[in-house]
Amino acid sequence: MNLNTITEVKRPGSADQIGQWRDGYAWLAGGTWLFSEPQIRHQHADRPRWARLDSAHCDSRRAGNRRDLLRRRSPCLQGPADWRAVPLFRDCIDAFLMSFKIWNAATVGGNICMSLPAGAMISLTAALEGVCTLWPRDGQPRTLPVVDFVTGNHKNVLQKGELLRSIHLPARALSRRYAMRQMSLTRLGRSAALLVGTVNDGGTDFVLTITASTPRPVQLRFAKMPSAEELRHAINEQLPGDGYFQDVHGSARYKRHLTYYLAEQIRAELA
Amino acid sequence: MSKFEVNGHLYAAEPQPGQCLRTFLRDLEVFGVKKGCDAGDCGACTVWIDGKPFHSCLVPAFRGEGRKITTIEGLAKDGKLHPLQQAFHDAQAFQCGFCAAGMIMTTASAAFDEAHKADLPHALKGNLCRCTGYRSIHDALQGKSNIEEDVAGQACGASLPNPFTDAILTGKARYTMDVAMEGMLHLKVLRSPHAHARITRIDRSRAQAVPGVIAVYTWEDLPRRLFSSALHEDHLVDPDDTYMLDNVARFAGQRIAAVVAESEGAAEAGCRALKVDYEILPAVFDPVEAMEPGAPILHNKEDVVGANGNIFCTLQGEIGDVAKGFREADAVHEMTYSTSRVQHVHLETHGSIAWKGDDNRWHVRTSSQAPFAVRTKLAYLMGVPTRDLHVFTERVGGGFGGKQEMVSEDLALFAAMKLGRPVKWEWTREEEFHGATTRHQMTTKVRIGARKDGTLTALDVHVVSNTGAYGGHGSETLGAAMGAPLAVYRCDNKKGVGHAVYTNMVPAGGFRGYGASQTTFAIECALEELGRLLGIDPFTMRRRNVVKPGDNIESIWKEPSDSHFGSYGITECLDIVERELAKGNGIGKPDGEEWAEGTGVALAMLDCGPPTEHRSGAEMTLLADGTYHLAVGSSEMGNGITTAHMQIAASIMGVRASAIDIINSDTDRAPYDTGTFASTGTVVAGKAVHQTAEAMREDILDFACRHTGAPRDTCRLDSDAVVCGNKRIALSDLFAAGTKVGHRFAVSRKAYLSPRTIAFNVQGVRLAVHRVTGEIRILHSVHAADIGVPINPMQCRGQLDGAVAMGYGWALTENMVYEEGHMVNPQLRNYRIPAFADTPRTDIFFADTHDLIGPLGAKSQGECGINPVAPAIGNALVDAVGVRFAHLPFTPDRIYTKLAAKP
Repeated sequence: MNLNTITEVKRPGSADQIGQWRDGYAWLAGGTWLFSEPQIRHQHADRPRWARLDSAHCDSRRAGNRRDLLRRRSPCLQGPADWRAVPLFRDCIDAFLMSFKIWNAATVGGNICMSLPAGAMISLTAALEGVCTLWPRDGQPRTLPVVDFVTGNHKNVLQKGELLRSIHLPARALSRRYAMRQMSLTRLGRSAALLVGTVNDGGTDFVLTITASTPRPVQLRFAKMPSAEELRHAINEQLPGDGYFQDVHGSARYKRHLTYYLAEQIRAELA
Repeated sequence: MSKFEVNGHLYAAEPQPGQCLRTFLRDLEVFGVKKGCDAGDCGACTVWIDGKPFHSCLVPAFRGEGRKITTIEGLAKDGKLHPLQQAFHDAQAFQCGFCAAGMIMTTASAAFDEAHKADLPHALKGNLCRCTGYRSIHDALQGKSNIEEDVAGQACGASLPNPFTDAILTGKARYTMDVAMEGMLHLKVLRSPHAHARITRIDRSRAQAVPGVIAVYTWEDLPRRLFSSALHEDHLVDPDDTYMLDNVARFAGQRIAAVVAESEGAAEAGCRALKVDYEILPAVFDPVEAMEPGAPILHNKEDVVGANGNIFCTLQGEIGDVAKGFREADAVHEMTYSTSRVQHVHLETHGSIAWKGDDNRWHVRTSSQAPFAVRTKLAYLMGVPTRDLHVFTERVGGGFGGKQEMVSEDLALFAAMKLGRPVKWEWTREEEFHGATTRHQMTTKVRIGARKDGTLTALDVHVVSNTGAYGGHGSETLGAAMGAPLAVYRCDNKKGVGHAVYTNMVPAGGFRGYGASQTTFAIECALEELGRLLGIDPFTMRRRNVVKPGDNIESIWKEPSDSHFGSYGITECLDIVERELAKGNGIGKPDGEEWAEGTGVALAMLDCGPPTEHRSGAEMTLLADGTYHLAVGSSEMGNGITTAHMQIAASIMGVRASAIDIINSDTDRAPYDTGTFASTGTVVAGKAVHQTAEAMREDILDFACRHTGAPRDTCRLDSDAVVCGNKRIALSDLFAAGTKVGHRFAVSRKAYLSPRTIAFNVQGVRLAVHRVTGEIRILHSVHAADIGVPINPMQCRGQLDGAVAMGYGWALTENMVYEEGHMVNPQLRNYRIPAFADTPRTDIFFADTHDLIGPLGAKSQGECGINPVAPAIGNALVDAVGVRFAHLPFTPDRIYTKLAAKP
């Protein structure tokens, strides 16, 4: 939709071509979310402006650029034979509520920066232990895990004007076995729960990433494959009963139930 | 200036900084690019950029610079339809047609490869259609043709294509907003943030200072005339409880002030700059609470409600002796059922354009199901004679009852009259949820008793309907709720009490099924429960009790009714559905013991037309070339009524349907018609067309008889000629002969609605439900309809496909969620109308009936198909898991909650 509160578009070739960052500025990635809702928030500042810069690249070796990631359906990404988690890209892309036409425009970084509980690129990159590189307006680039980048529904650690520059996926994570489960209230709808488990050969170092059912990604790590009881206990330890995300795409109670159920399915599959 | 290439044409233009490509293209008058949601959910605005499909509403316009943009207008080459356009033509893969451009631009793109075609649920995630139920779209993608040839004398009963097909599929058909006008102003409204508040002060100074703002209107500027936005022939059935702009807001979303500006952006800025002081009033959202003493009162005017507090309307009655009936019962079931508030989501939003013409009259181009009723209301509100007003539609993108409401015309006309310039008010999708109407939320307590053999002895219902802040359609929907769903079963003792109650919710209005949907859900579920108590199967239970010719057709009142069986096909419908479900479709339940399987059935009865007045006129003339012109007031909003009317006229005249040139839905160019709603398009307007065509035939034969001197009984029409004895005269020659002697070959007839014939629908469902996740999968969906002779079988099937799909949406996916009167999910990604993936393909059958009341044996067909869907699903669920789900919608989280609580 038209965002009539926008008064100027800047199209810099690099981030430093934007001088002083002012209230009302926002980086524009694919724009598929920004243009999907009225953005009155940009209006309270004086003369809101945009700067356009592609906000994210997936820097994983040979992983291709962001557009290839989203555009190509099957296989959406190729990797060496020992990158066994590569099909997870496709699984997570299919978990998007939105259509393949959106994939033509949307970016991985934009999805992460939007920081929706059901952001499927958050699920993907958090599960594959991605690390964000952020460019603050002042100072040196900083890095932090994707799982810590998102802090809540539509909330993340980005400071004013800060840019998500890249997400690095370690080859180590891409080489692990994985299992993924997703459920939504409607067929192919927005995820009510999206869980991914990864594990090393030999069943050590089981990592369970819980997304969509929680306001932010939650990651559980086990030195060895837990029992069903241990898994449930660990979920309860890290996720109190009120730690689930309630919205029109599922009640918190239901999402908690799904989390237990899908987590156990993943555990059983990878065990 | 930036350069854009659109459909091979170069444009130099500068988009606004925050402009999306969709509006930028429309500013270039490329109107094939539609707006359904403006948020990337519906896909109606899909265009190609360098050959790749994008939702143009999400693409910043500046990113189109220097790229090759292709829209639906650029798809046909050298006057030849693109193969996908041809496929949509042959399958008639649209009804209103508003989604068609986006569907075609998506599926015709190179990106839509074999993998996409093999997985349509995924591939069509980004394209919504509210009319078709996607079956005809699926047909188009499979290369299936659904149309027949237009043969003279065989128009009735033929699956003829929509006469505007090519225009719709090439983007040339003009929907309400698809015009550009010199000097057009734009209107936007500020809507109330409060569910109940009195405006104490409005400071408009900052709004008036916004560059581009021309005028600001508040309640102080508008005529202080009470009216109802609901549209009916008899305006007295709806309460006059609404002002165009009021100093009291009674629901969150009510319009507070209108700002008119040179651009939409300026009008929006003006709305934001308005400073309104409110005195917040206590609000009530639940109709039961609203009836209690001490509840906040919404309408404190004697002329609106009187002494009943918030109860707008109470209907009650009893036939026989219900207490005695329950004493005679061997089994009694009692339960409270409730249905949810849902929105029509016609893909074209509301909107109107008003201007003063060269004829010094006021013209209103609008998206309405009832332009004549709009004209009457506008004349009253503006204090002008109806002859000074011209209200019309061109092509309307869906209605479903949502456009049986005057919600956009009044302010646009008022502003145009004040300012002397054309004024356009186009609604957003979000406004549809906040400010248009919804289905009435109803809660129905049913008590029902029967003897051991299943014979009903007593039926008692108590209905509470939440009519929201304004009462339009409140009493009529309640009447429908207390009518056919109770009358469909023979029972000596019936009783009912119903209240329509004001609350501080968005007003409810007319919606396909119109009140009967809500109580059909309750009663069909209750009948099933009673059958389960007695150990009687659902089909036997219904056959034993369903009303038959010769029975009194009565619900809870003994007054004579004008409902009458012009035909009777319910037993055949039940037989068909029972047979098909037994036969199965080979689709088994998913593997795993978590999946439970169940089968359910429900029926619905429809009085074909409203109990209140409804009338329609038609005019027909013979043209100089020997073809005909037909003018009928009835509106087309995608229901196919235009095609049906052409077919009715053509079948009387013995010509091809294409020999009938038709105009409708225009107060200047067609005779009066109450409106296309309440299942009247065929049985009232169709009757007017039928009678008019018969009069036309008689007029031609009479003249031919006089002209030739041949005996009248030797004169007959023969396609484009008249045969008199052994003479054959071309109609064009006859016309010329008539002109010489001043004979005009023009006739007109009017039709009224009485008696009302009766139609039936039966839905059967087999489904699987996952005991752990609550997921429901529809395995088999069967629908049988008793609609008399299908004038256009393809269209009738399409209407049923759409109605059944809408029923699935109501039952499974749609839900308007509120917090303190504020809707929290007013976007299509959060309010889910069925997508392709959600919509099972339904096997549709027609009972072989010929109606003696409806024109050419036809009955109503578009409305009632929705009604048995939700109860059939509920009945299948109880069959699968033994738990009754009595409240819509059946979403997995609700299913889970109830199954988890099961002991």
